[in-house]
Amino acid sequence: MKPAPFDYHAPRQLKEAAELLAKLPNAKILAGGQSLVPMMNFRYVIVDHLVDLNGLDELRGIMVGDNRLRIGAMTRQRDIETSSDIARHCPLMTEALRHVGHRQTRNRGTIGGSLAHADPAAELPAICAAYDAIIHVASVRGIRQVSFRDLGAGYMATTLAPDEMIAAIDLPIWRRGHGHGFQEFARRQGDFALTGAAALLDIGSDNVVRHATLTLFGVATSPVRVETAEARLIGEPLTSAAIRAAAAAARQIEPISDIHAGGEYRRHLAQVLSLRALNDAAQRAGVEA
Amino acid sequence: MGRQATRMDVNGKSYARVVDARLTLADFLRHEINLTGTHVGCEHGVCGACTVLVDGRTARSCLMFAVQANGCEVTTVEGLAPDGKLSVLQQAFIDNHGLQCGFCTPGMLMTLTELLRDKPEPSEPEVREALTGNLCRCTGYAGIVAAALDAARRLRDEAEKPGAA
Repeated sequence: MKPAPFDYHAPRQLKEAAELLAKLPNAKILAGGQSLVPMMNFRYVIVDHLVDLNGLDELRGIMVGDNRLRIGAMTRQRDIETSSDIARHCPLMTEALRHVGHRQTRNRGTIGGSLAHADPAAELPAICAAYDAIIHVASVRGIRQVSFRDLGAGYMATTLAPDEMIAAIDLPIWRRGHGHGFQEFARRQGDFALTGAAALLDIGSDNVVRHATLTLFGVATSPVRVETAEARLIGEPLTSAAIRAAAAAARQIEPISDIHAGGEYRRHLAQVLSLRALNDAAQRAGVEA
Repeated sequence: MGRQATRMDVNGKSYARVVDARLTLADFLRHEINLTGTHVGCEHGVCGACTVLVDGRTARSCLMFAVQANGCEVTTVEGLAPDGKLSVLQQAFIDNHGLQCGFCTPGMLMTLTELLRDKPEPSEPEVREALTGNLCRCTGYAGIVAAALDAARRLRDEAEKPGAA
């Protein structure tokens, strides 16, 4: 249960980190280490070089722009959880973070690390899917932007090149007064979700849904947007029947089946948790549906 | 391969060593500076026995490398009773049967020290949620939860006493 030997690098600047990643063979990025270090201790992961991004202050922090939030990739999960800016502009994120591991792991774990690790049951990738987040990816070739949808590449895999790192995450700010709901089922607090659902609802004064997203996680190799549910909701008045119909659409997914839960059970959870998340979102948007 | 210098303050005392980069902070504390109060259970971040404070925040010391703690202030369970006098929380563990074998206790104490510092009046569900990251196989947690709530009460009483520092 000890990691194999490696050389440790602690760059202080993004440029330096990018150059190290471009030149070092079999290198891995160390962010919060709450998933990577267990894998190294088990020797699932054996690296020659570890590039620690914890010294890069430029990758840390939360910025509020006109219509978007920018979160530095190395911002700790705990700092996002307790941020008043996040609670004000992106309350879905605040609520989701309470389910991410435990306080001891959130104190170290980072948002960029969570996205790069791409665990199918993880909460932060689901939130990025719900918001159609834009991911800033850095390397010696500069910064490129990629939509979160195009970051995933199957089970615990991303489209990031070996010499690329996530630098920041942009989330669009939804209109004030929008509703959010986050529901997760796990055997114990802090365990991996068997299934979870995240809902966002922007409802006009005429009770017509202007914008809606419904996201499931823990059911497939990466978070899933239930587009049929969203299409049913948008442009229509929000009623309890509409919410029930949208939640029923969540049953159409083809969930994974594993030792923790069968596919049919996950399908059931998807519908029930979608219903609860949408109801929470409606209530928070001021609609008693 | 991978030898590196690291210097950190542990319980207010400075330590400098040259170590393997792969040495975890937990093993550094136990084997390099002989502070064996920090226990190592699972070595993959699940059991919480190795929890310490790094710059005032709890962290699993099996998931950090000692070289990463370079320049940090680390507090271990030994730092809770610097002059051999138990902290209020430690005494509450004794009085409420908060431990049996004692293996998980150092991690429990560090987790609850952080909780009580940030939240002097935690509810029972809040205590239980805080403890989800620490496994105990003896007590069934009841004594630990009672100890945490008792310690919170005693700390509040102390703070309210006239002339309290």
